[in-house]
Amino acid sequence: MIKAILIFNNHGKPRLIRFYQYFAEDMQQQIIRETFHLVSKRDDNVCNFLEGGSLIGGSDYKLIYRHYATLYFVFCVDSSESELGILDLIQVFVETLDKCFENVCELDLIFHMDKVHYILQEVVMGGMVLETNMNEIVAQVELQNRMEKSEGGLSTAPARAVSAVKNMNLPEIPRNINIGDINIKVPSLSPF
Amino acid sequence: MALKIVKGSIDRMFDKNLQDLVRGIRNHKDDEAKYISTCIDEIKQELKQDNIAVKANAVCKLTYLQMLGYDVSWAAFNIVEVMSSSKFTYKRIGYLAASQCFHEGTDVIMLTTNQIRKDLSSPNQYDTGVALTGLSCFVTPDLARDLANDIMTLMSHTKPYIRKKAVLIMYKVFLKYPESLRPAFPRLKEKLEDPDPGVQSAAVNVICELARRNPKNYLSLAPLFFKLMTSSTNNWVLIKIIKLFGALTPLEPRLGKKLIEPLTNLIHSTSAMSLLYECVNTVIAVLISLSSGMPNHSASIQLCVQKLRILIEDSDQNLKYLGLLAMSKILKTHPKSVQSHKDLILQCLDDKDESIRLRALDLLYGMVSKKNLMEIVKKLMLHVDKAEGTTYRDELLTKIIDICSQSNFQYITNFEWYISILVELTRLEGTRHGHLIASQMLDVAIRVKAIRGFAVAQMATLLDNAHLLTGNTQRNGICEVLYAAAWICGEFSEHLEDPMQTLEAMLRPKVATLPGHIQAVYVQNAAKLFATVLRKHDGETESQAAQETSQLLIDRLPLFVQSANLEVQERASCILQLVKYIQKLQQKNVEVAEEVTALFAGELNPVAPKAQKKVPIPEGLDLDAWINEPPSESESEDEKPKAVFAKEEPKHSRSRHTEVDEKELARRREVRKQEQANNPFYIKASPSSQKVYDAPGVEHIPVVQIDLSVPLKVPGMPMSDQYLKLEVERRQKEKAERKKKEKKKKREKRGKERKADSGPESEEDITPAHQVDIVTEEMPENALPSDDDDKDPNDPHKALDIDLDKPLADSEKLPVRTHRPEALKSPAEDRDSESVPQETKKKSGKEKKKDKEKDRKRSKEEKKKKKKHKEVEEELLESQPEEAVQSEETKEAAAPPTSTSAEEVTAPSSAAAAVDTSSAAAPESEPDEPKDTEPEDTKSSKHKKKKQKKEKEEKEKKKKKRHHHHHQHHSDAGGEDSVQNGTVEEEEPLPPMSNYSLLAENSYIKMMKEDADQVYDIQGNHQDESKVVVSVIFENKSDSFLKSMEFNVLDSLNSKLQRPEGAGAHDSLTVPFQLPPGVSNEARFVFSVQSIIMPQKLKGTLTFIVKSDESSTHEKLDFKLHFTCTSYLITTPCYSDAYAKLLESGDLKGSSLRLEGINMPFHHLLARICFHHHFSVVERIDSCASMYSRSIQGHHVCLLVKTSDQTVSIDAKCDEPSLLGNVLDEIKQTFSKC
Repeated sequence: MIKAILIFNNHGKPRLIRFYQYFAEDMQQQIIRETFHLVSKRDDNVCNFLEGGSLIGGSDYKLIYRHYATLYFVFCVDSSESELGILDLIQVFVETLDKCFENVCELDLIFHMDKVHYILQEVVMGGMVLETNMNEIVAQVELQNRMEKSEGGLSTAPARAVSAVKNMNLPEIPRNINIGDINIKVPSLSPF
Repeated sequence: MALKIVKGSIDRMFDKNLQDLVRGIRNHKDDEAKYISTCIDEIKQELKQDNIAVKANAVCKLTYLQMLGYDVSWAAFNIVEVMSSSKFTYKRIGYLAASQCFHEGTDVIMLTTNQIRKDLSSPNQYDTGVALTGLSCFVTPDLARDLANDIMTLMSHTKPYIRKKAVLIMYKVFLKYPESLRPAFPRLKEKLEDPDPGVQSAAVNVICELARRNPKNYLSLAPLFFKLMTSSTNNWVLIKIIKLFGALTPLEPRLGKKLIEPLTNLIHSTSAMSLLYECVNTVIAVLISLSSGMPNHSASIQLCVQKLRILIEDSDQNLKYLGLLAMSKILKTHPKSVQSHKDLILQCLDDKDESIRLRALDLLYGMVSKKNLMEIVKKLMLHVDKAEGTTYRDELLTKIIDICSQSNFQYITNFEWYISILVELTRLEGTRHGHLIASQMLDVAIRVKAIRGFAVAQMATLLDNAHLLTGNTQRNGICEVLYAAAWICGEFSEHLEDPMQTLEAMLRPKVATLPGHIQAVYVQNAAKLFATVLRKHDGETESQAAQETSQLLIDRLPLFVQSANLEVQERASCILQLVKYIQKLQQKNVEVAEEVTALFAGELNPVAPKAQKKVPIPEGLDLDAWINEPPSESESEDEKPKAVFAKEEPKHSRSRHTEVDEKELARRREVRKQEQANNPFYIKASPSSQKVYDAPGVEHIPVVQIDLSVPLKVPGMPMSDQYLKLEVERRQKEKAERKKKEKKKKREKRGKERKADSGPESEEDITPAHQVDIVTEEMPENALPSDDDDKDPNDPHKALDIDLDKPLADSEKLPVRTHRPEALKSPAEDRDSESVPQETKKKSGKEKKKDKEKDRKRSKEEKKKKKKHKEVEEELLESQPEEAVQSEETKEAAAPPTSTSAEEVTAPSSAAAAVDTSSAAAPESEPDEPKDTEPEDTKSSKHKKKKQKKEKEEKEKKKKKRHHHHHQHHSDAGGEDSVQNGTVEEEEPLPPMSNYSLLAENSYIKMMKEDADQVYDIQGNHQDESKVVVSVIFENKSDSFLKSMEFNVLDSLNSKLQRPEGAGAHDSLTVPFQLPPGVSNEARFVFSVQSIIMPQKLKGTLTFIVKSDESSTHEKLDFKLHFTCTSYLITTPCYSDAYAKLLESGDLKGSSLRLEGINMPFHHLLARICFHHHFSVVERIDSCASMYSRSIQGHHVCLLVKTSDQTVSIDAKCDEPSLLGNVLDEIKQTFSKC
């Protein structure tokens, strides 16, 4: 079982959190902080497994993470999951994000947290691995997006126009976008 | 309306969407919290609007804020609203928000049941998918119970996308609602062979999760998994299966033998490291389970170790880590094969990656032997020095101690070495493990007698240099070892060279800065040392030394008498008075040494940690019983519980000598100030040293100045290394000697034994340096050997420890369209409430119906959408009370209206047909089946129908008779309690020996159920089900005409009401008659049941129309059908020799029952058992009888009933223990009612 999936950046800012066991909000934030603390002090060339933090899990739980450019993808899993398998799953997830967002970068995750959730929902459900085939995942996500479009989507034309106007009024926006605008380079790893 | 919509979309233009929110937060880095709080206010406004798009947008933003740590539970209801939107876009947003912030405590969850059910059955697969995904995150026991059946249907959905989600979510359902596991398991098993790989993988996933916790229940699936393993090419599935096998093999060694070969093949062939790794892991598990008897298992272990070495040597840190992890598993059973890779593992200790170092440490733990322990520990000590100031160092420290102390110090050959290692460890700055070191010191000193002398010497040095350790008291640290040091020096003071010096060290004023519990030990052990000193100088007349010691104590102890710590204070003042008394005696030249020593006589033995727990409770001792009469209530209120010992109670008590006058106090203050000025210790101003010293004679205390310039003798550092050298030398010497001896022997025996003098010594060759006597821990006499370290009782998986191979029992069902628990009123309550309030509720239900219809019409017109949303809201709000009455909506969805007259006509025949088809399905019958089933009847169904009708009529008559009979008794039976088999009725006392029990009644109608004694079994039925016929008598109590009665029961998976063909699973059966006022009639209903070992309750509803002259109303009555286990028994005669054979066969499992206070004649008792529980008497001798019955599925039940003096004991045997248990419970219940 996967107990939690956390995505945060190099400064510990959460970009997506998905707990499959209930924790109150403040506890969730504490867990994120602790996990960030544990993960961020590790070099990139050490192993990707960590005996779980004190807040989440216990002896049976492991943190398995990958670090892509500015983002950490951390999965907290118990012993029924294969360690290497989960590492590969993270890779599948990130590659899927890359396909869905076309050269995914941290900003995509920042502004489209909901979409990332929808993609994740096709990969992991209720803490169990649902699908590992990237093409299948992408196909399902696309179909659902198409359905959303046919319904008119959440942000229909007028709202979009307004949002564009709003952007024009904020000159500092482009500068912000440059922050962390580094594509998550997805190294092509051999299948596990 | 149109205007409102336009207005809504204009409003939306100015709403922030998620992107705007994120952007806004990024632009307000300085006052983020303030910005967000204004955003939340905006969101609150948006949520108040009617436009669902606005709401969805707001909820979407809330989901983002939730991630940032804001509690959004206040919007839970709005989330539910968005979830119930008909648009997928919004629904998805709602479900996402719900899955992020709903949990079991969220109260609005119960409003979602119907919405989720609707989404699950939506024609759009993505609606269903979204609902499943959301549900997987917030499923509660209630939701699981209510939706289990719907989800189970989805497991056979046409779309694999839905199937795999439905399969996965079942695991969550099982966790929350364990009763669903058995009914759903067969279908889950089917999914293992689903054509779609995704579904298959999901099923494997779920079963692996289940099996991991309770593997023994899943052994029977092993062949299926074996097939999958050899056929599947999906690595995910393979990994899961292989992991599952790893969990199964310990339970079934034969499985392991079969696995070895395919696994080894996989290891050789696969290129996927993850698969290779899991294979190796499982092979290890197999090898562990096969401790012996495998011819080539050393080859397999070699293969594993060799593969793991490749992993560990890999440059990929992940593989290295996993390799070490797996290696540690091999280590437990095959330490030899791992020990040869010691070099590699020691190398990993130098790795830059802490995870890897920790894994390597774990391995070292298992790799030590007598031979290499010192060497390994030396290496670790080097690492300890290097790892200054990290948590890793603490980890190292504990590992060193673990390694050395493992299995009762098995590998330590030289305890002097170990003590010096411990002493060296005390030099570590800022470690948290002072306590651990202290307990090791104590353990070794107590249990290894030979080492005491050395230990005491070391501890004395520690005490002498205590100031080195006390530097960091506040860091919870190392000063703990002083506790051990003081105790050891005191307890084994006979080994001290200079007890006087140690005593002096223990009474230094600095000691007062130590934690209280350590001071207490200091004081107590100072007394022990005092005794030792006295004894040493025993015999010397007018010993100066002894008197000096007394004086020292008298001088120093007052310091401790002042202590704020109660324990220290108490001990110190006791000892002080004692010493004063001794001093008096000494001055009179009285020999006191012996008497003082006697204070501390006797040796302390170590006690095993679990000893207390294992003391058996003597027979006849009831620890819960009152020793004296319990005090009356009022008394206990007055007395507040007093703590007997308060350990760290804040001290308020003043010192003893308060009657010192003011002048004296002032003088003393003066003196003290001077003293403080001279005393270096006061500068540090630790709180305890500032205590007011007003005990008499305190001004005379000579303050001993510790000369800190004296070079400190630090004993530890070089010593352990010396030991290592010495040890090597010693071993070489021994080896040489042994060689000599062997040569001698050889010479003597002339090569008879040509034992090669192998290079490395074997374990046994190394003799310990000291003759070590490791004292074993004491255990109480008659200690129970049981090891009661149970699993965590809160583990949710414990509930899933369910035998899956047993056939399904009656009681096991997935509830279908259940009512809320509030609806589970007892019939009595129902009756009370029904007369007035139910009627109004009813009406509201009807109105609802109308509303719904309107709704439907409206839904066609999209324009009025908005209003509909409002109604959905209302519906959600009302769904709860509505459900309490009856879920109209679901009923409507499930059942077509059945009030047409045509159906009324057909219904009776179809009901009969149900009986027919069931009996016709049985071509053969058992001779001992009840007559009225007519199983051998193979004639045309028409004929049969007639016959059955006739029979029914006859029965009815009979029943009416009985019924009347019962009414006659009614008045006489008044006080007596009724005797029934099961169903719960409080109101209607029935006469004894009636087989009828009240099902339910209200002002209109009364339902009586006859206990299902016409149970019959249909063998050869392909579903292996039994049929049970239940006769229900309907009695019209009102003055109105009752018609259109419809009988419905909520089916479970295990027992189903037999419905006419073509009818849906939830359709009700029409009762084939109408009831004029005052008339009663009987109807029979057939149920098919699968398993009979458990009693079962089914909920049902009877709806009917009450027609009086002016009006007609629709009424309903809820009831519960109780199938007792007894009702599955058939009275079957049995001959005593057959009975004896049955008992001898040994297939039956026994159980027994005791009934107290039965004062009825024995034959009455037997008659009751026979009548109510369908037994027959086999033999009866005096007050002892054997009885027999048989279940419809052929279980034998034997009873031996004995009675003596109001006590009845029943010994029972049956081949199905749970059936037997339930039958006995029912018998008990029967008699408890008499």
